Amino acid sequence: MAKKEKFEILNIDGTEYKTRLTAKFLKRKNWEKPNEKMVKAFIPGNILSIFVKEGQKVKEGTKLLILEAMKMKNLVSAPVAGTIKSIKVKEGIMVPKNELLIEIE
Amino acid sequence: MSLKQKTRELLKRREQVQLGGGEKAIEKQKAIGKLTARERILSLLDEDSFHEYDLFVAHEARDFGMETKVLHGDGVITGTGTIYGAPICIYAQDFTVAGGSLGYMHARKITKIMDHALKMRVPLIGINDSGGARIQEGVNSLAGYGEIFFRNTLSSGVIPQISVILGPCAGGAVYSPALTDFVFVVENISKMFITGPEVIKTVLGEEISMEELGGAKVHSEITGNAHFFAESENECFDQIKKLITYIPWNNGQKAKPFPPKEPKAEYDIEKIVPNDSSQPYDVRDVIRAISDDSDFIESHADFARNIVVGFGRINGDTIGFIANQPLVLAGVLDCDSSDKAARFIRYCDSFNIPMVTLEDLPGYLPGADQEHAGVIRHGAKILYAYSEATVPRITVILRKAYGGGYIAMNSRHLRADFVFAWPSAEIAVMGPEGAANIIFRKEIMSAENPDEMRKIKVAEYKAKFANPYVAAAKGYIDTVIEPSETRKLLIHAIDVSKNKKVGQPKKKHGIPPF
Repeated sequence: MAKKEKFEILNIDGTEYKTRLTAKFLKRKNWEKPNEKMVKAFIPGNILSIFVKEGQKVKEGTKLLILEAMKMKNLVSAPVAGTIKSIKVKEGIMVPKNELLIEIE
Repeated sequence: MSLKQKTRELLKRREQVQLGGGEKAIEKQKAIGKLTARERILSLLDEDSFHEYDLFVAHEARDFGMETKVLHGDGVITGTGTIYGAPICIYAQDFTVAGGSLGYMHARKITKIMDHALKMRVPLIGINDSGGARIQEGVNSLAGYGEIFFRNTLSSGVIPQISVILGPCAGGAVYSPALTDFVFVVENISKMFITGPEVIKTVLGEEISMEELGGAKVHSEITGNAHFFAESENECFDQIKKLITYIPWNNGQKAKPFPPKEPKAEYDIEKIVPNDSSQPYDVRDVIRAISDDSDFIESHADFARNIVVGFGRINGDTIGFIANQPLVLAGVLDCDSSDKAARFIRYCDSFNIPMVTLEDLPGYLPGADQEHAGVIRHGAKILYAYSEATVPRITVILRKAYGGGYIAMNSRHLRADFVFAWPSAEIAVMGPEGAANIIFRKEIMSAENPDEMRKIKVAEYKAKFANPYVAAAKGYIDTVIEPSETRKLLIHAIDVSKNKKVGQPKKKHGIPPF
């Protein structure tokens, strides 16, 4: 059976194994170090209101926006102090999970 | 009225009920390629074996105009019959009657046949095709579901419970199948989810079709909620009938033995496994080279394919096979394959089915995604399931048995009854490349040509440790066998284990890493 098939390589502990990969394996997400300066949507939802402007200085805990999801108004506040570099969303739009909302520098 | 007249009236009443939701509703059911509930039961059971009960049950709902509605059989058919002579309790929800919605009496009919199955110690088959709770009956519907779930749990490990999803099965209703032993799904017909596409769209803004969310493929390939996938209802019924021949009627019995048969000549056990342990092959061919008539029924065939589980027979007796699959992801253990194997092991142990483990794995799948998905917790399930199992347990190490994987796959240390190894077995703490890199790090780093030195050291390690004899010297494996002896030895090992008795410390129950 296997003679003609072209197999993928999977490295386990330094040994390269010829094998098939699964769709689930190929779709796995590589881990990224979370960047606190990138404020992302923790849940998909609706941007109800935005309290800050680009260029504005914020402290840790400054109210940034309200993300409405599952009928709950979720307050998103600044995780770190800094300046609002850019606001990627507008009031009234729907955002998917992990969408970048605001960048702080 | 004479008895003849009364009998005529009975037949008339029966005929009415047997029409379910009426011809129009039946047409609708057929138009989407589905059989009716009655046709399903009749195709699944032996001819003329089905006897229906509670067909004259009527609902007692009095709100929202329900008092004037007649729902034949209250939307579910229940009864007893046989499959290849094995007694079966069965129910099938009838979508043509109020969408198969579950009301109080509907649930009462189901729980009555469930109680019967448990009392009589016979398998239970539930055919699900229902729009969900009957909203008009309010909390009584929820009570009905709860009563079903409770009985599923009570019967678990006592009688085989099989769920067949032949239509929608949404919301709370999904938890009855989830609590049963084997779930069967059919392409384009089965739909299972907790919250449907509409709610997901309103609440989360995600657009997904019913099929993409909870269709047959999704549950057999991604979630693992379904164990058997079929392209048609009839194929699905054939799968169920075949499965029934492999399993006992209850946990007090053994599966019915069949006349022994030699494996087919086309599966030559000496020619399946490549000598180089990084090369793939299909471990199911090894199972077929061992099992009677090369027959094997695979459970969870499309889910976590890096491990293979299913039933075959050896010398006429049903055997549960658990085998690492080098063809997929090199046969590693990961979260899904651990779940899959652990569940199957517990099934075999509950129902007195001896287990044969075929081992060839490089260890656990590395990666942050696996660690964060809880591979520790999931991987522990295999250790738990094997350690707890008291049925005869035999392991054959075909090639690699590295590290934690070696321990997990029914090792002597988890009280395997027999551990056999092929001469190609490599029982070691890890693969030669990885091990040499660690042990000879200094020599390799300081060598003039590190790559050359690494090769020498890997070869050195391989020669010394990549074989079965180090483990054999410690008695961790019982014997090294020729591949061609495998079936003969398994027959013998199963034979001498027939009266196996082991004690477990007294306890109410353990706490498996669910």
